[in-house]
Amino acid sequence: MQTRLHINGDDHQLDADARTTLLDALRNHLGLTGSKKGCDHGQCGACTVLVNGRRINSCLTLACMHDGDEIVTIEGLGAPGRLSALQQAFVHHDGFQCGYCTPGQICSATAMLEEIEAGWPSHVTSDVSGKAELTVDEISERMSGNLCRCSAYPNIVDAIMEVGKGRRG
Amino acid sequence: MTPFDYTRASSPAEASRLGREGATFIAGGTNLLDLMKLEIMTPDRLVDISRLELDGIDRTGDGGLRIGAMVRNSDLAADAIVRKHYPMLAKALLAGASGQLRNKATTGGNLLQRTRCYYFYDTAMPCNKREPGSGCQAIGGVTRLHAIFGASEHCIATHPSDMAVALRALDARVEIEGADGAVRNVGLDEFYRLPGDTPHIESILAPGDLITSVILPPPEEGRQTYRKVRDRASYAFALVSVAGRIRMEGGRIARAGFAFGGVAPRPWRDRDFEATLEGNEPSPALFERAADALVANASTHGDNAFKVPLLKRTAQAVLTELTES
Ligand SMILES: Cc1cc2nc3c(=O)[nH]c(=O)nc-3n(C[C@H](O)[C@H](O)[C@H](O)COP(=O)(O)OP(=O)(O)OC[C@H]3O[C@@H](n4cnc5c(N)ncnc54)[C@H](O)[C@@H]3O)c2cc1C
Ligand code: SF4
Repeated sequence: MQTRLHINGDDHQLDADARTTLLDALRNHLGLTGSKKGCDHGQCGACTVLVNGRRINSCLTLACMHDGDEIVTIEGLGAPGRLSALQQAFVHHDGFQCGYCTPGQICSATAMLEEIEAGWPSHVTSDVSGKAELTVDEISERMSGNLCRCSAYPNIVDAIMEVGKGRRG
Repeated sequence: MTPFDYTRASSPAEASRLGREGATFIAGGTNLLDLMKLEIMTPDRLVDISRLELDGIDRTGDGGLRIGAMVRNSDLAADAIVRKHYPMLAKALLAGASGQLRNKATTGGNLLQRTRCYYFYDTAMPCNKREPGSGCQAIGGVTRLHAIFGASEHCIATHPSDMAVALRALDARVEIEGADGAVRNVGLDEFYRLPGDTPHIESILAPGDLITSVILPPPEEGRQTYRKVRDRASYAFALVSVAGRIRMEGGRIARAGFAFGGVAPRPWRDRDFEATLEGNEPSPALFERAADALVANASTHGDNAFKVPLLKRTAQAVLTELTES
């Protein structure tokens, strides 16, 4: 199957079996190994990437379904010397131990802050028709699709809180 | 995964036609690909319906709401009309899966997601749903997740959707385009089939039938909510859930619409429960009577016996929340 993917600003032409997931395309065909394979069943969030600006589990979607889509992986968010605000905050707050879940956490948090800004409610928002506040409970609920087996959660939340607050001014 | 051919449908009609020829639809893919990786589902042809223009949320002529089959769960939960007029639906969606999954999951795919029965997922085990006629390993096995209503001696699995429970309490209808091009719509009660002796057949859909939208009647006044009880505070399937709405008139319950999740092969509705409530003044004694009526016909299978008291208490808690001043 021929598939055109725009990844981190570059055009890629993928020639792969239809069974290839977006995650396997990124890691095994295109050499972008920042996105991680944890459970491979949408349960852990280590494979989270942004597709057309939205966070998804790249393990539970086929690469061929994304012909023409705009994809951003952890490599596209920043690099040593030009870290994104969230990448910087994860370093500052020590938001990881082994680091395996970190690319997924950061991609997920990047889109999650946009979702709050767009006014999306969550399971813990007291009034679903109102506006959500940036609280520890909101961040924890909205990040529940990203597991961290080292349990660095308090520091992950601190890092996200710092960037979220900065954005809200 | 076993190999398959992949086609992207350019219209609902094309999708239906390929479906009738034996192809399987893929929308968000979050349930189907999970099952294909485990070779629980092994389609040899996939039709990608994810780009069909069935992604609108529009008012209907009578003031109801038409939700396209391809609307993502996250967009539906964030929709202003849904949040204001059908809040139990927004709450049910937000209680399900994760932010990433809701960005992919579609209205149609969510309705048709398959059970989370452990034995259905374990291809080394007999399972009538996965392999008709092979037996049911859950009966006599570990049944913590299993049904207390509507099951049969062939299958005791539950339907795992949160969204569908709220849709059932809201009297939603499912619009279907058949392979012959005819469009029909059916209530959610008729849409899902109980297992009987064919637990592998879960809905009335025939090959090629494409869900095009879900239609909600005009919003009713009153209060509504969705409450989900699970093993973790987030990101876990329901043990028990309650979607409820109540309209009061002169201090009495004029109308009650309830559906229950995690307890049956489809979102469960019980007219006796609603009838016990309607016309009466809310009180703890009334709620207890209604909850007793609800579980009167429950049948348990060992591990899942806890669902009877849990369902009763959750229903009573929701009734209290919806009627307290
Ligand atoms: C880790 C995890 C946790 C989850 N937790 C929850 C939870 O707590 N609560 C909950 O409710 N759900 C939960 N889910 C399930 C999730 O909601 C479903 O996977 C999702 O809604 C399925 O939608 P989809 O569009 O991805 O479906 P797909 O996987 O694309 O399709 C599912 C089925 O529907 C059929 N289909 C899809 N669209 C149509 C259509 N328009 N017409 C006819 N047939 C169609 C497909 O052929 C397929 O058989 C969870 C899933 C995962 C992976
Ligand atoms: S309960 Fe149903 S799904 Fe589970 S093993 Fe028995 S037949 Fe299979």
